[in-house]
Amino acid sequence: MDQFLQHCLNALMLGGTYALLGIGLTLIFGIMRVVNFTHGELYAFGAYMMYMLVMLTGANFFVALALAIALGVALGAVLEFVLLRRLHSADIDTTMLVMIGAWIALQNAEQLLWSGVAKSIDNPFPSAPLVIGVVSVAWNRVFVFVTAIFLVGVTYVLINHTKLGKAMRATFQDRDTAALMGVRIGNIHTATFALGSGLAAAAGALLGPVFVAYPSMGDLAAAKAFAIVILGGLGSIGGATLGGFILALAEELGAGYVSSGYRDAMGFLLIIVILLFKPTGLFARKERIG
Amino acid sequence: MINKILVAAGIAALVSVPLWLDNSYLLHVLVITGIFIIAAMSLNLLLGYAGQLSLGHVAFFGIGAYASALVSLGFSIHITPQWVMTVEKNPVWLAMLAGILAAGACGWFIGRVAFKVRGAYFVIVSISFAEVVRLVALNWVELTQGPMALNNIPPLAFNSFVFLKKPENYWLILTVAVVCYILIRRLVNSRAGRAMVALRENEALAASVGIDVTRYLVLSTVVSAAMAGAAGALYAHYVRIVDPDIFLFVYTVTMVIMVVTGGKGTLAGPVVGGLIFGLLPEGLRAFALPPEAQWIAYGVLMVLVVYFLPQGIVPAFRNLFQSKKIA
Amino acid sequence: MRAMLAVENLSVRFGGLLAIENLSLEVREGEVLSLIGPNGAGKTTAFNAITGYLAPSAGEIFFKDKKLNDLRPHQVAAQGLVRTFQKTSVFGGRSALDNVLIGLELRATQTPLEILLGMPKVAREERELAAEAERILIFVNLKNRKHELAAALPYGEQRLLEVAIALAAKPKLLLLDEPVSGMNPSETASFMAKLAEIRALGITVLLVEHDMKMVMGVSDRVVCLSQGRIIANGTPAEIQRDPEVIRAYLGERHKIARR
Repeated sequence: MDQFLQHCLNALMLGGTYALLGIGLTLIFGIMRVVNFTHGELYAFGAYMMYMLVMLTGANFFVALALAIALGVALGAVLEFVLLRRLHSADIDTTMLVMIGAWIALQNAEQLLWSGVAKSIDNPFPSAPLVIGVVSVAWNRVFVFVTAIFLVGVTYVLINHTKLGKAMRATFQDRDTAALMGVRIGNIHTATFALGSGLAAAAGALLGPVFVAYPSMGDLAAAKAFAIVILGGLGSIGGATLGGFILALAEELGAGYVSSGYRDAMGFLLIIVILLFKPTGLFARKERIG
Repeated sequence: MINKILVAAGIAALVSVPLWLDNSYLLHVLVITGIFIIAAMSLNLLLGYAGQLSLGHVAFFGIGAYASALVSLGFSIHITPQWVMTVEKNPVWLAMLAGILAAGACGWFIGRVAFKVRGAYFVIVSISFAEVVRLVALNWVELTQGPMALNNIPPLAFNSFVFLKKPENYWLILTVAVVCYILIRRLVNSRAGRAMVALRENEALAASVGIDVTRYLVLSTVVSAAMAGAAGALYAHYVRIVDPDIFLFVYTVTMVIMVVTGGKGTLAGPVVGGLIFGLLPEGLRAFALPPEAQWIAYGVLMVLVVYFLPQGIVPAFRNLFQSKKIA
Repeated sequence: MRAMLAVENLSVRFGGLLAIENLSLEVREGEVLSLIGPNGAGKTTAFNAITGYLAPSAGEIFFKDKKLNDLRPHQVAAQGLVRTFQKTSVFGGRSALDNVLIGLELRATQTPLEILLGMPKVAREERELAAEAERILIFVNLKNRKHELAAALPYGEQRLLEVAIALAAKPKLLLLDEPVSGMNPSETASFMAKLAEIRALGITVLLVEHDMKMVMGVSDRVVCLSQGRIIANGTPAEIQRDPEVIRAYLGERHKIARR
């Protein structure tokens, strides 16, 4: 029983960041209909920015975190503007291929810059874990959880209670009508991609110090993000949040009770099984986001 | 008529290569390129003609490789702690057949899934499938030796003739590639090919004239997977060592690049794309660039092709030729 | 024995909306039946339900006494019921000839194995199919467009191509969904003549149309739908005079202009 509780607690800690990853992608995928293969690279980017800022320039951990996220947002905006705008929302094959090209270029650039050796990032939290009864959790993970939940909340408010969010929701529901109502679709797309990328970078910046940073870390992250999007339904922030926690739980329990080698397979297996029975995702709600 | 002569000349030229190219390494590169071209042609059937965004193609390649290797080496696994299943060693040609069948069976499964799960979701399912297969290959050590790889795989052989020398392997691969090309061409120029294109272009209309969409989706994935499996089996017995890295997503990406830049939905596209991206690394080697730089170049190239030659190289060439003819 | 096409108590529900309510109609062999009604009356929905694109919520559909309810669209087509679409539907990236060749799917007998093995039968059948496709193109007066891309054809010709594709599937009953919408009067007139030729081939026709001149000119019978229910059923002359029809289309104050 204690084991089980520990697994649940671990899943809780991890689930928050998975939720960030998933929300970011569900927004991009949902609003722009782009199969965003660079999502994982933004995750890695966030982690590497933390490495660069904390380890190489000695910046304050929390400042570095904020900066890493901001840089992620910026990179996302640049990518969208340079790569996707010109395509005028071409069909899904075309944008997918462009994203694949960008993904390869980005990952190998990262490899070239930082080499394949995994980098660890210091964090300012006490190393002795917090013990609550029969379970324990490291302080840095608690921080990660709290920050992730905070960012999820911020995103929720942004999408549901701001003008920008309203425009994004309108675009998700019916792009042509939104355009007719004066929404600048191009700008919305850039904003969406930037926001989604920022969330991915945040996830990487948060998890990088917990694990390590290495060039291909983005691939698994991207795969999990897709799993979460499918679990939670396209465009649903609540769904993606829930999906993030479900995936984390499935991974923890799978690793704990089946085999740790297959931990990463959990996400994929979930995807396959779910889509076989519900081809549009578990909580698919096509009508609105938020 | 001119076409036929050109093609015959081209094939003759290709056949002659080992006779004047003394470089064993370059021949090896050509063999690997040939294997990748076969895989690219198979992907083109699915991606280019049937229009299915299947990005798990490397799974078929790898399953063909592993199945063929395992059947030729023999293996024994515990299905349950008491019940052991043992497969004896088998001749290579039989093993390769097993590889093709195994890959084809997976193709059948993916084909049925493709019908239920559409568009972008199908992309994700196909990628996930390949990843699961990779993780199984990595973790089911009893069967696959995991990361320690299957080695000493018997070389390509037919009855008692063993293909040991590079030129012999080259000719074998060339023959298989030509055969595969012919098979695809036959399929594409028949009612099956038309049905695949129809379901890609306008599925509702296709159904209204009696085209069984599921049937043709499954047909395209089975043939595509079986052919990729054949390429994988050839690879396994040529390189004679196979490890789970064969399932890495980058190899699917390589095949996609070959098909897309060459020209998806054309017969010559994957061949042209395969030649370019199979031989390009060798060309770049002369510049002594790190391998990452090569991949960055690939990524950039893909983006450029999508922007400037969205149909791919072969159709762009054709258009150039057409307009010249009119002018 | 039922009529060729017998729709019995068909209802189609979308969520809370009842698009078609308790619809019963029959199409007799050899006739031309037109389905008219204001927009949103449920005509295309009826087509979709009959041909397997939509599952009925209630009711049964029989074609030559065979129940169609659970068949998928391609199976319905194989029974001899072929429909066209309201929105122009062709295979845009292919030539006109290829379009019709695709339509000939039901007449082809090549199996995948025969195709892969390159059996002579395949080449022979391909030649026959190509000849047949050309004959069909000649029938709709599109022979000189045979190598043009379907997407590049002018609108009127695209609609003719649609009919050609449908004819290729060897229909016994042809369901045409607004075939002349968007056509000018002379195109409409030649289509009416073409419809007479199609009829002469022994093909029964169920037509959805708004163009009253055409409807009155080609139909043996007319059925008027409004808000998912049949409100009138009879010969063209009877329908023209029917007050319910007039009200459904034009509101209380008007009358349909006499021919």
